[in-house]
Amino acid sequence: MSNSHLTNLSLKQFGDLLQSKKISSVELTQMFLHRIQQYNPSINAYIALDEGKTLAQAKAADARIAAGNAAPLTGIPIAQKDIFCAKGWQTTCGSKMLANFIAPYDAHVITLFDAAGAVNLGKTNMDEFAMGSSNETSYFGGVKNPWSFDRVPGGSSGGSAAAVAARLCAAATGTDTGGSIRQPASLCGFTGLKPTYGVVSRFGMIAFASSLDQAGPMAKSAEDCALMMNVMAGFDERDSTSLNREKEDYSSALHQPLRGLRIGLPKEFFAEGLDADVGKVIENAIAEYKKLGAEIIEISLPNTGLSIPVYYVLAPAEASSNLSRYDGVRYGHRAAEYTDLMDMYCKSRAEGFGAEVKRRILIGTYVLSAGYYDAYYLKAQQIRRLIAQDFVEAFKQCDVIMGPAAPSTAFKAGEKVDDPVAMYLQDIYTISTNLAGLPGMSVPAGFSQSVDGKTLPVGLQIIGNYFDEARMLNVAHQYQQVTDWHTQAPNLNMPEGIT
Amino acid sequence: MALSIEDIKKVAHLARIEISDTDVNATLIKLTGILGLIEQMQAVDTTGIVPMSHSQELSQRLRDDVVTKTNQRDEFQKNAPLLGNHSTQQAIADGLYLVPKVIE
Amino acid sequence: MEWEVVIGLETHTQLQTNTKIFSGASVRYGAEPNTQACEVSLALPGVLPVLNKQAVHCAIKFGLAINAEIAPRSVFARKNYFYPDLPKGYQISQFELPVVGKGAVSIQVPAQGKLAAYEKVVNITRAHLEEDAGKSVHGAVEGMSGIDLNRAGTPLLEIVTEPDMRSAAEAVAYAKKLHELVQWIGICDGNMQEGSFRCDVNVSVRPKGSEALGTRREIKNLNSFKFMTQAIEYETRWQIETLEDGGKIQQATVLFNPDTGETRAMRSKEEANDYRYFPDPDLLPLIITEADKARISAAMPELPEAMKARLEVQYGLSSYDANALTTSRDLADYFVATVNAGAGPKQVANWVMGSISAKLNTEDKNINASPISAQQLAQLLKRIADGTISNNAAKQVFEAMWCAEGDVDSIIVAKGLKQESDSVAIEAIIDEVLAANAAMVEEFKAGKEKAFNALVGQAMKASKGKANPAQVNDILKKKLTA
Repeated sequence: MSNSHLTNLSLKQFGDLLQSKKISSVELTQMFLHRIQQYNPSINAYIALDEGKTLAQAKAADARIAAGNAAPLTGIPIAQKDIFCAKGWQTTCGSKMLANFIAPYDAHVITLFDAAGAVNLGKTNMDEFAMGSSNETSYFGGVKNPWSFDRVPGGSSGGSAAAVAARLCAAATGTDTGGSIRQPASLCGFTGLKPTYGVVSRFGMIAFASSLDQAGPMAKSAEDCALMMNVMAGFDERDSTSLNREKEDYSSALHQPLRGLRIGLPKEFFAEGLDADVGKVIENAIAEYKKLGAEIIEISLPNTGLSIPVYYVLAPAEASSNLSRYDGVRYGHRAAEYTDLMDMYCKSRAEGFGAEVKRRILIGTYVLSAGYYDAYYLKAQQIRRLIAQDFVEAFKQCDVIMGPAAPSTAFKAGEKVDDPVAMYLQDIYTISTNLAGLPGMSVPAGFSQSVDGKTLPVGLQIIGNYFDEARMLNVAHQYQQVTDWHTQAPNLNMPEGIT
Repeated sequence: MALSIEDIKKVAHLARIEISDTDVNATLIKLTGILGLIEQMQAVDTTGIVPMSHSQELSQRLRDDVVTKTNQRDEFQKNAPLLGNHSTQQAIADGLYLVPKVIE
Repeated sequence: MEWEVVIGLETHTQLQTNTKIFSGASVRYGAEPNTQACEVSLALPGVLPVLNKQAVHCAIKFGLAINAEIAPRSVFARKNYFYPDLPKGYQISQFELPVVGKGAVSIQVPAQGKLAAYEKVVNITRAHLEEDAGKSVHGAVEGMSGIDLNRAGTPLLEIVTEPDMRSAAEAVAYAKKLHELVQWIGICDGNMQEGSFRCDVNVSVRPKGSEALGTRREIKNLNSFKFMTQAIEYETRWQIETLEDGGKIQQATVLFNPDTGETRAMRSKEEANDYRYFPDPDLLPLIITEADKARISAAMPELPEAMKARLEVQYGLSSYDANALTTSRDLADYFVATVNAGAGPKQVANWVMGSISAKLNTEDKNINASPISAQQLAQLLKRIADGTISNNAAKQVFEAMWCAEGDVDSIIVAKGLKQESDSVAIEAIIDEVLAANAAMVEEFKAGKEKAFNALVGQAMKASKGKANPAQVNDILKKKLTA
């Protein structure tokens, strides 16, 4: 079995190979580590690798398989976004501020993957403190889009996205505050799910905007995402916003037929601002759903346009407070030279944070400051309710909502980095679900030809009602039974891939 | 609400982020752009709308008052930063974290 | 011009819990630095707060005790500011929607000079839950401060009054009453040395008769009632002098220096603060139902006010005595236990507030540490009531009991303090005294009342102080008027 074939397998197939002992976890892990060695220097998907720790977990997984008590993900190498604290691992959140931080404890998500016997392959690159849509704000450098190395993978989970697309892991975790799983999934051509807020514990996941942050799976297919969700989701008493619900089997509904499914298409998602080529791919995908027996209903989410202004008040406000703990006192970057306490604070934070993080801290501080709170923060929270109510109305008419996950395909590195407002518009279709707390996913739906002749993936976004993840995965899985977009992988040996 | 250089300096001070005079102008331009985006909100009449802090209408769970944490000071202090100002020592002594003198 | 001082208090009471308000780290006092600073206390990246049930129960108890509105829904907010002892860069507190709303505490202001004691009601504006900060330790390393985060996250209830007090005496009477109350209901150990009960005092002055409030200065962290009196008096004088010299009062936070007895503005708080409060997204609204309140109310001890009223009605005590006995639950319990053991309430009140309190004060002890139990005291009082010993002898027995020399009866025997109550023997003594003091008898018969007392004195002397004075009185009267 050739390696290139092996890396394309589904999680279920990896599990079958491992449990039938056709391959060991150590062998599988080494295969991925080798691939990482080969491709990561150019793609830069990983910030931290620790072969010793990784292989120790693989060995333990092999022992568990030998003992006959393997779980579905036992022995499978998973990449973890560097936003999750993992005990003994460098955990940086893409920031110079935490470049030397070794997490002394495990995030709940890490604990769950460890308990499932999964192998932690490494910590993936990301926009600094998850603030960005291109992975260009990382202190550890940008990440290449495996489909076209001159382009960005999207963000903020850009490292996980590139790792999944380039087959540098079996699957990965991401987090999504305004689209950070779905937009990179769209730009890199794989399946990513942001669950309902509160389904996955945030404990140990470094906070960006606490009321919006939610972790989720990034994998090749809906079927893989379901297996990842079976591990990641669940109540955690250490997170006050974690939802105490009965454990769910996200794979259980995958095979249900879609006949009668009502798909809502919000007209605001197809208006000005959407690339025509992306629009066409989405239309084709909708046509495919019609063939599967779905009914298409035009709906309206009238406050979609306000989601960006609201988000850029609420997220920076929460972030400005969440990032106050990075003061150079107990851990993290402390300036090499300072005169007094005030100087130590101001220099440590000026040096430790990158430009975009500082911008958002300043915006957040401004909108919360005396005299502006009502006009900005309170107003944004009121409009947040209007946006959430739009969805309540919409779900009276349909079962799922579909549209593009991002307004364009992957853009060129450097293209938007100096224009924050243009960058923020990348999340126009994804942000409103975070504000409402709803689940959303991006599913590969085809490719679009760029002006300079590159073939770039396009993602179809599926938005579900609260706790409808299993249904959404079913809707995506049925589509993936009749299409093969999700099985396509970039050819890393293309001439440009070696640059 | 147009931003001024003074606003930027005041906010940067509140946020404890040093900002050089050369950076202030560039920051002002970028933040003005972002605030312009945000200003769209002002057109919306939100009279009587209850602000939304959380997506689920749930109440705070309460934790039993039982000690679950043990002393991990040594482990935690491995991450203490270097003292700085030409010292290569960690900023800890006798179990305390060290900072420049706090003046009350 | 005549000036009036206006005072409001903000009191930080450390709640009696095992763990911190948002984490399972111990709050035990006196541990080695940072050994009780868990990942949440240290604000490591990714940690989250979960609210301590016991802290909420304490807040509800307090609200019930002051008859306050308890919010069915209250919200935790972040108060943002940078300080090395504040690891998150924000304090989790409550801002717009506190757990306890308006209530009231009635206080007894003691007599001062010509001014008689009086009662007063101090209105409580609110009480809210919040976390404590850590501590800065100075001097460990030259030019540096050391940060100990053991205290960071300790649960506090901040109790805020209206600006209702008009003198240092009123402020201290309120603080003492609150101090008694929080210990009575078991939500705070009241240990002021360890910082469990700290007062910030807002002081302003205004011309007497003026409605408008003057600019206030806040005296921070007073941890003794003596310092509170000194600080308020100094601050009031300083403000009046400043205004009379044509100066203006700047709003400021000030510290009291016990060595000099003066207050001075804090340097670190000079700049105007902008705390950027907003609801903490990591915590959900705290919902308290009527059932929660009823459950906690049922488990609450009788409140001091109610108990005071009961002591007056049930035991016929004066308002003054009842008030003094209900300054602490332990004291009140001791009183009731002594009465239940068979002693007369008034006598018990006199002894508890007299000899016992005096001893406890000198030895700086709590009533629980009294070497004389309620049963023992009752036994002593019974021996007075049944005439076994005189009041004077009882004082000697009391001293011996305090020094643990034995039980009441064995001390009486050992010290030979048993009173002579045999009327035949007393009559014999009186006969001797009358025979030996014919002149006094004559004086008495001539109308000199004082002579009677002198004869009693002679009889007592003749009995070496052991004769029952009441019997001596009776028999002597009978014989002289016969």
